[in-house]
Amino acid sequence: MQLIACPWCGPREEVEFSYGGQAHVPHPAAPADLSDEEWAHYVFFRANPKGRFAERWNHSAGCRRWFNAVRDTATYRFEAVYRLDEPRPVTP
Amino acid sequence: MTSTYRTAEGGRIDRSTTLGFTFDGEVLTGHPGDTLASALLAAGRHSIATSVKLGRPRGVAGAWAEDPCGLVQIEEPFPEPMLLATTVELFDGLAAHGLPGQGRLADVPDSARYDAVHHHVDVLVIGAGPAGLAAALTAARAGARVALVDEQSEAGGSLLSGTDQLDGVPATAWVEAAVQELAGSPEVLHLQRTTAFGSYDDGFVLALERRTDHLGGAAPEHLSRQRVWRLRARSVVVATGAHERPVVFADNDRPGIMLAGAARTFLHRYGVLPGREAVVFTTNDSAYDAALDLSRAGVRVQAVVDARPDGAPHRRAECDDAGIPVLPGSVVTGTRGVERVTHALVAPLAGGQVGPSSAVACDLLLVSGGWNPAVHLYSQARGRLRYDDELGAFLPGDDVDGLAAAGAAAGVTDLAGCLADGQRVARAALASLPLEPAADDRLPSAPESGTPAAPMVLWRVPDTSGAEGTTSFVDLQRDATVADIARAVGAGLRSIEHVKRYTTIGTAHDQGKTSGVLTSGITAELLGVPVRATGTTTFRPPYTPVSFAALAGRDRGRLFDPERVTAVHGWHVAQGAVFEDVGQWVRPRYYPQPGEDMDAAVLRECAAVRSSVGILDGSTLGKIDVQGPDAAVLLDRVYTNLMSSLEVGSVRYGVMCGVDGMVIDDGTVLRLAEDRFLALTTTGGAAKVLDWMEEWVQTEWPELRVHCTSVTEQWVTFPVVGPRSRDVIGAVFPGVDVANEAFPFMAWRDTTLDGVPVRLARISFSGELAYEVYVNAWYATAVWTRLIDAGRRFGITPYGTETMHVLRAEKGYPIIGQDTDGTVTPHDLGMAWAVSKKKPDFIGKRSFARPANTDPRRKQLVGLLPTDGRTVLPEGSQIVELHPDGVLPPPPVPMLGHVTSSYRSAELGRPFALALVRAGRSRIGETLHVPLAGSLVPVEVTASVLVDPEGARRDG
Repeated sequence: MQLIACPWCGPREEVEFSYGGQAHVPHPAAPADLSDEEWAHYVFFRANPKGRFAERWNHSAGCRRWFNAVRDTATYRFEAVYRLDEPRPVTP
Repeated sequence: MTSTYRTAEGGRIDRSTTLGFTFDGEVLTGHPGDTLASALLAAGRHSIATSVKLGRPRGVAGAWAEDPCGLVQIEEPFPEPMLLATTVELFDGLAAHGLPGQGRLADVPDSARYDAVHHHVDVLVIGAGPAGLAAALTAARAGARVALVDEQSEAGGSLLSGTDQLDGVPATAWVEAAVQELAGSPEVLHLQRTTAFGSYDDGFVLALERRTDHLGGAAPEHLSRQRVWRLRARSVVVATGAHERPVVFADNDRPGIMLAGAARTFLHRYGVLPGREAVVFTTNDSAYDAALDLSRAGVRVQAVVDARPDGAPHRRAECDDAGIPVLPGSVVTGTRGVERVTHALVAPLAGGQVGPSSAVACDLLLVSGGWNPAVHLYSQARGRLRYDDELGAFLPGDDVDGLAAAGAAAGVTDLAGCLADGQRVARAALASLPLEPAADDRLPSAPESGTPAAPMVLWRVPDTSGAEGTTSFVDLQRDATVADIARAVGAGLRSIEHVKRYTTIGTAHDQGKTSGVLTSGITAELLGVPVRATGTTTFRPPYTPVSFAALAGRDRGRLFDPERVTAVHGWHVAQGAVFEDVGQWVRPRYYPQPGEDMDAAVLRECAAVRSSVGILDGSTLGKIDVQGPDAAVLLDRVYTNLMSSLEVGSVRYGVMCGVDGMVIDDGTVLRLAEDRFLALTTTGGAAKVLDWMEEWVQTEWPELRVHCTSVTEQWVTFPVVGPRSRDVIGAVFPGVDVANEAFPFMAWRDTTLDGVPVRLARISFSGELAYEVYVNAWYATAVWTRLIDAGRRFGITPYGTETMHVLRAEKGYPIIGQDTDGTVTPHDLGMAWAVSKKKPDFIGKRSFARPANTDPRRKQLVGLLPTDGRTVLPEGSQIVELHPDGVLPPPPVPMLGHVTSSYRSAELGRPFALALVRAGRSRIGETLHVPLAGSLVPVEVTASVLVDPEGARRDG
């Protein structure tokens, strides 16, 4: 069981966290202006890369705060965690 | 029965105490310190079980968890299947028998306790052999927080199995001193009988401590039988030693054929001679120790058969002195004997060719093909292995973050080297903490071992028996042979993972401890590729089997999941309520009176509510206190309805959808103040809805000044329901004007009862005049009792969830999650009225305009009335349509939908149902059919509201 570093609480066991899917997929500002296809992309389509992936995580059994993380989907390693109001960090 | 194979002295057993046990019904004895295997061998019993597929006799081939043969079932004191005789510590009263590869689970409940402990350390050392003890001492002396775990009954590892000397005295004396020193270190946790069985990310290791298994029937009841240790370490030192590897030859599975090192363990640790006449077959130096030690103990060693052309020249003189013939450049090609080996067939080996064999009489055939480092825990933590051509073994490659192998587990083969390696790895761990090694950090000195002769890598001896490899066993537990690997390779399999699955090698109880590397070697040979190209199969936890009971620990029975009860649970119990689980909540389902079954009780409760008054404990409803200047903005966005227009003092029903437009929850919302709402959710949806609101506030709308807090546990909710509810509420709360004009439907009012604040809300989940009573949970029982007392003259009837369901279904009110399944829109439920057209946007709005969501053929919620007036349709039943001529369409018969709720109705005097039916609303008045028990039940499609569709009752 790996440790995930909550930006607010520090390293905690992964069972305290829940996964929130791809990060940086904002709710469209004006959904009514979108075509069905554009809206469907927001609702249903997410990236599924092998390698680095910016994702949302929630420290659901801890401080209950959401944050973002860059994780390698092949190794599971968390390479960076960052607050929602921070930009995606540049990982080496 | 006398222990004819027990040595007169030596070993770590207590000969002064005799333990009685039975095996296969035979009464035998042993001593404290014995394992079941050593006690059986002491009685001369080698044949323990038969093999799983072929039924061949099998004996004890190893001395600990690597043994692939000696499977037993314990019958007394508690039945337990699939244990190794080599790892069962003997106790008085043990009753066991051998197993043909499969055991039998106990058919009585396990009364033992199991528990778990979390522990955090700087350095975790796994294995208390020379390397592990050296590592633990080094770390402890530096002041690190240390845990040392070892799977055996006492520390020492390989030192218990030999005659090594340290600082000129027996090594076991150093072990005792080391254990004492560790015991005196306050920051050291030292656990024996504790197997680290899983190694995971970031220094997380699971270990199983067997606390009372070795005590048998004398185990104190207050102690847990086994304990799972959840260890988290900054650094992990894997000092797990090595497993001896056999060499495969024809008929290599007979009882009496044993790993050479195991024989040494039985002699030195348990005081047992595994035989009288031994042949030792080896490819390396280590088996010479076994041959010489056994010879000294009185075993007649017929020959050391050394596959190496030159044998071990430096051991020659010792063998000559002991009168042991050495046959270099020779191999064992086969054996004779059925219940016990009687002969080894010995032949010269030159240039890969086996010469003519001669039979050598023996009752013990020791085999050593080299040593495989026990890399399981290293590999589980995603350490990469590298193949060492000289050792013929896979060794740990680079260090994993925070985890390193030491000693024999890292391929070190001599005692001095293991001690030094343990210290080296521990110092590296200290440096990362960082901690300084202690000034006095001395380890004992081991005598120089002579220059060893290089081992020879030999996986198998060519089969000259004519059996073509079908009796050359690679995995004894699976009865899998060289012929099976050849068949796999012949079938085109190249990956070692595929060979494993095709042959089942390594999938048994022992998980291939002796067979895994052999399989890699033989597969590589057959494919003509280097072993490093073949690699090994993936090592996965657990290292040794762990019972589900231990993993479950205390999380079973009532402690499996938290049980939530309301503040008036005791009253329900006293009234004889029948309960049901709703999520984690335990709720009264109905309150049967003497002689009533559920149907009768529910019909009575329903009739009472609709004709007079009933009371429900609705405290489990989710309650979220939404506060802040932007509270109304948030609710406008998460509900499909307009909430910002709600007046203080009023209540509105609302629906919540996901971004896909599908209903996720519903409930009422009370506006408590301009900047404060109380949002009610379904019982099951409470946590989900709070999380949902939090997610949107945090991730999308951080600018909103609003906070959401669960107050489910703080407030109890008692709906008082029925035409006489106004009388009851008026009587209990005289401070409230309960007249319809003063306190209309969908309004709430605050009042007090004896100074205790109470909130009343006119919310109805039944269509009847109803008041929900909210009060601090502390006063729940008092208020509940007042309501019951005041309602007595109206025959107030407590009712449970079943009646609640019937009453709401009669009114067509859906239960989200029962009448919906995540593919249902508010429009499908006939709730277009709850979807605001004024709001520019809310979660899910855009999805309503998708063509798939406006399709008139979508499934819609409707009522169903079985036309026979008697059948209660099972929930989940499918709904079909007949051709106009009354014939069922040919298969596959189109399914139009399914029954989502179905009950008997006291009000209607007949059963009814709710259903999701394709284009359901356009079918109202039609007759459809429900296949049920071989017949087709005709049902009339109706509107979803079957009772009081005009809403005449809600104001009383």
